[in-house]
Amino acid sequence: MPASSLANGPSAPARDGRGPILAFRRVSKFFGEIGAARDISLEVRPGEFLSFLGPSGCGKTTALRMIAGFEQPTGGDVFLDGERVNDIPAHRRPVNMVFQSYALFPHLNVARNVAYGLLQRSPRPSRVEIDRRVGAVLDLVRLGGFGHRRIWEMSGGQQQRVALARALVNEPKVLLLDEPLAALDRKLRRDMQVELQNLQRRIGITFILVTHDQEEALSMSDRVCIMREGRIVQIGSPTDLYDRPASRYVAGFVGKSNFLEGTIVTASPECAEVKLASGVRIAAARFGEAMRLAPGDRVTVAVRPEQVLLMRQRDALPADIAVGCESHVLNRIFLGEHTEYVLRSDALGEFAALAPRQSERAEKPFQPGEIVTAGFRAEAALVLGSD
Amino acid sequence: MRWYVVAIYVFLYLPIALIVVFSFNAGRYAMDWQGFSTEWYFKAFANPFAMKALRTSLVVALWTAVLATMLGTLAALGLERMQGWPRRAFDALIYVAIMVPGVVIGIATLIAFVTVFDAVNPFLAGLFGDAAPQLAMGLPTIIGAHVLFNLAVVILIVRARFAGLDRSLIEASEDLYATPFGTFRQVVLPMIFPAILASFLLSFTFSFEDFIIAFFVSGPDSTLPIYIFSSIRRGITPEVNAIGTVVLAASLSLLVIAQFLLRDRNARRPAPDKAA
Repeated sequence: MPASSLANGPSAPARDGRGPILAFRRVSKFFGEIGAARDISLEVRPGEFLSFLGPSGCGKTTALRMIAGFEQPTGGDVFLDGERVNDIPAHRRPVNMVFQSYALFPHLNVARNVAYGLLQRSPRPSRVEIDRRVGAVLDLVRLGGFGHRRIWEMSGGQQQRVALARALVNEPKVLLLDEPLAALDRKLRRDMQVELQNLQRRIGITFILVTHDQEEALSMSDRVCIMREGRIVQIGSPTDLYDRPASRYVAGFVGKSNFLEGTIVTASPECAEVKLASGVRIAAARFGEAMRLAPGDRVTVAVRPEQVLLMRQRDALPADIAVGCESHVLNRIFLGEHTEYVLRSDALGEFAALAPRQSERAEKPFQPGEIVTAGFRAEAALVLGSD
Repeated sequence: MRWYVVAIYVFLYLPIALIVVFSFNAGRYAMDWQGFSTEWYFKAFANPFAMKALRTSLVVALWTAVLATMLGTLAALGLERMQGWPRRAFDALIYVAIMVPGVVIGIATLIAFVTVFDAVNPFLAGLFGDAAPQLAMGLPTIIGAHVLFNLAVVILIVRARFAGLDRSLIEASEDLYATPFGTFRQVVLPMIFPAILASFLLSFTFSFEDFIIAFFVSGPDSTLPIYIFSSIRRGITPEVNAIGTVVLAASLSLLVIAQFLLRDRNARRPAPDKAA
């Protein structure tokens, strides 16, 4: 079937302004034998902040470059604001990109860099209009008065904001950000995360961010799309991904988890009883994909370290705790606002627990060698398929 | 410095230094110092044969530089887009063109020109009769032969600069709505311009100072190096030294400018620090 026949076919998203601003329909991209994107389908609402998150080589950058027009999909269709753009070259797509290396033109000053996109328009806006818009966008990124500077006179953080201004001045339908903060140091990166998020809320342009930094993706995005080997593994809000990961991969990639291997013994709609390798039975929550699992199936139970409660007296644990077991404290790692404990018990094997600073103030910190009672609630134990 | 390094430098540069020194000799004979004078410079510039040869050389060098730079730049950009064995073949041929001795290029181009002219001239005579233009050796053949070997130099210089060009700049330009030609004009050309200018100056210099190839294909026109060669058969005079010194100074200036254009411009820029 010729792909172009799909342009106005039933699968084309509506172009009434309320449909998705960006849509992937079964998009694949192969470089020879290597699949950088495999059968990706996705819709992005106008004004949304979406992140592609995954390790390097997962296909997230390829997905972004297909939106920009630098790569052509080998299968499927890409729609921008209801229009199929597969065959539209990069210079005619109403999107703009902030490059990882910023890609600022070294032979032009800051103002000429920012004006570059406006100068390509036909008809070309007037000199006055260009100056006005460049000035306004430089003010927006807090670089007012820097227009005459040369690029190499700017610091890394300033160059990053010039790159942002150069893209935003064109008022793109979608702004693409390719690891834009990767080159900045940690503190500056945190500041820019907040700044980017505020900016996006203010101007309402759809942002699509590619990152390998889960903290960055979780803190800034409305939705996060987790990728692995060219496929979307899970897509959802940051809290969804954290509280209801679809797989062991997601639970391990987004935040930290303790993984307990076991077999389902009994299953009710919301809950399952899982027999662990040690023979201990625990109650755990079921949702999503795990609803399909039946007694006898091998599963992984994930428990977030901060959900593990540690007590010196067993009866000090809350009454609704699902599991409580004697554990040896192996190690104590002070992390500032938290303290991480590494423990071992007969029932759970080796596992980690995270205690907030406040609870440590109330009770004396546990010391390596000490025996404590560790427990977690049933709803904090998540049943996941073993993938 | 070790003594043998000094010896090597003396061996290399003493003859050149002597030419410069004796160009200011007041005496009539080249190696017989009679006192300081600039009269041989005035004599050289008043010599109509020397000046005609200088004009010929300048015209040849200018045309060679213009043609070699234009064709070489286009070839370099074209080669960047080629893949696989045709590209490897061209790469090898470019280096061969630089390594082939001038004598070989001289003989080869001479034979080629003569063969072509012998084939074309009777045809032209048949077409236009007695008023037919005759193709012969002269300025155009020198320019042609010079373009031939300078082309390779231009291609190498421009390509080195182009290969060092950040690909994301080109993508950024496309992303900012520039057409392919717009990207070339506004990003690629300004970025490789220093290399283009340097290639222009280098091919100008190489053409201006070339003797061997011009000697084969010049026909009745003599370039400055050919004039110098023919005049020293009548003895080395301070006038020849004066001309040689002028040529040396001009060539060195152009080479220094070319080197200045080709150096890494980022080297003098302070590296951007990461903190805002």
